[in-house]
Amino acid sequence: MSIKLEHINYVYSEGTAYEKHALKDVSLEIPHGEFVGIIGHTGSGKSTLIQHLNGLIKATSGALYYNGENIYGENYNLRELRNQVGLVFQYPEHQLFEVNVLQDVCFGPKNQGLSPEECEKRAREALQLVGLKEKYYDHSPFDLSGGQKRRAAIAGVLAMRPKVLVLDEPTAGLDPKGRDEILDQIAYLHEKADMTVILVSHSMEDIAKYVDRIIVMNKGSVMFNDVPKKVFAHYKELESVGLAAPQVTYIMHELKEKGMDVPTDATTIEEAADGIMKALKKERAAK
Amino acid sequence: MIRDITIGQYYPADSRIHKLDPRVKIVCTLLYLISLFTFKSILGYVLATVFLFGCIKLSKVPFKFIVRGLKPIVILLLITVGFNLFLTPGGETLVHVGFIKITEYGLSTAVYMAIRLIYLIMGSSLMTLTTTPNSLTDGLEKLLHPLNKLHVPVHEISMMMSIALRFIPILLEETDKIMKAQIARGADMESGNLIQKAKAMIPILVPLFVSAFRRANDLAMAMEARCYRGGDGRTKMKPLIYKSTDHVAYLITILYVVAAFVVGRYVPFKLWIF
Repeated sequence: MSIKLEHINYVYSEGTAYEKHALKDVSLEIPHGEFVGIIGHTGSGKSTLIQHLNGLIKATSGALYYNGENIYGENYNLRELRNQVGLVFQYPEHQLFEVNVLQDVCFGPKNQGLSPEECEKRAREALQLVGLKEKYYDHSPFDLSGGQKRRAAIAGVLAMRPKVLVLDEPTAGLDPKGRDEILDQIAYLHEKADMTVILVSHSMEDIAKYVDRIIVMNKGSVMFNDVPKKVFAHYKELESVGLAAPQVTYIMHELKEKGMDVPTDATTIEEAADGIMKALKKERAAK
Repeated sequence: MIRDITIGQYYPADSRIHKLDPRVKIVCTLLYLISLFTFKSILGYVLATVFLFGCIKLSKVPFKFIVRGLKPIVILLLITVGFNLFLTPGGETLVHVGFIKITEYGLSTAVYMAIRLIYLIMGSSLMTLTTTPNSLTDGLEKLLHPLNKLHVPVHEISMMMSIALRFIPILLEETDKIMKAQIARGADMESGNLIQKAKAMIPILVPLFVSAFRRANDLAMAMEARCYRGGDGRTKMKPLIYKSTDHVAYLITILYVVAAFVVGRYVPFKLWIF
């Protein structure tokens, strides 16, 4: 279930005054089961990039292989691809339209041609996965709170049982609690449902804790593509493109500068705390 | 997908024409359009060509963008030319094959009519290409200001127009996004009969309406919060004031119109009888 991009270029509104080269020679490989974070400043091309993954927009040049098959091939079934690669857009709650939550979540499976019973089974399963309480199932989706709407909308994609889940800033506009809950749930899905997860964000803090690999986009090109620790080591370059490493990275670097023997590659608060404790103990033992 | 549709075809560039006061552009375009219909001799057309192409050159808008505006009227143009060409009697008969008969008069009327229509569209395209929809409504508001005395709510009308114009790209983008989101969920909008196709629009229309109402509500709230209370006593942040270049533009246009009128009507230089 790997996704492979080869020299993808994409130009918006080609041949008009508003022509914009949104993706420049992007080559990537995302193997099955990986949890990947795509990060970049506004306008860096991350949203354009992910819309290529399920064939919603076609690259101006380049090739995209899903399971080794070129999706731009003549007889390639794009509908089938969209069943396999689920895409959750930014502010997905804006796509809700049905009379109640359960039916809205059924929309995806129904389009897959499943029986009504199977649709409902999958919808209930998906709603449970995102942690929406059963009492809301027959509510109008427009009566839910922001966080609940977001969950319902994500469930709408999960109900299609995709093999790859792509989420565009799933935490935008949520409060810290809602954000952590959604991210924890996504991490849980990644583990339990054996899904490839691609998470788009502009906050390092958000994704550092969860992902196996970070792809940093800048002005339409891939800037870094590595494990979080190695990406954050470039924290000065990240700053120059309007991004930042997690706060712990800065603290650890400053502690090191002040002469404390701490690991500078800590990416989460827990790791950093551990490192500091160890350093303190060592210092005490030396005295 | 939907991004390719452009309404309000502004072409951003830094040129003298772009910088003109919108009122100048509206009035001058009108004068130019009227001038096109006063000619009787070919010299008038020569003057109009010089004036139009001079303006295009000054505007720095690539020629192909101006020609693009002609696409929607191609059919109309063909019909007009056809009718004039085949159905105008008078003068010497040039071609006579079966029931098709082309006369000298017919040919000249057809050619002149085509040029008039093409110049008409090119002239007005030049105006919309060099003026943002918002400054156009601003200019209109100022031009129509005297109507206030007749109790025509000029300010309110122009405010509604600019809000409507502002919302077109926003709603287009929103439609594009919702469409993509539903396609990603397997929605099929192409196949099926008419009823199925209409049904397939529901997942797009419902969220679109919800979002349009939400945006309208937000906008009303934001205007209220800034104490908007209609046009009475309202001042502008960037009031339209004529600069010297605007006066020059008026002068050039008036000179052109007078010259075109005199030359096109009274100088007896006729290539064809017209």
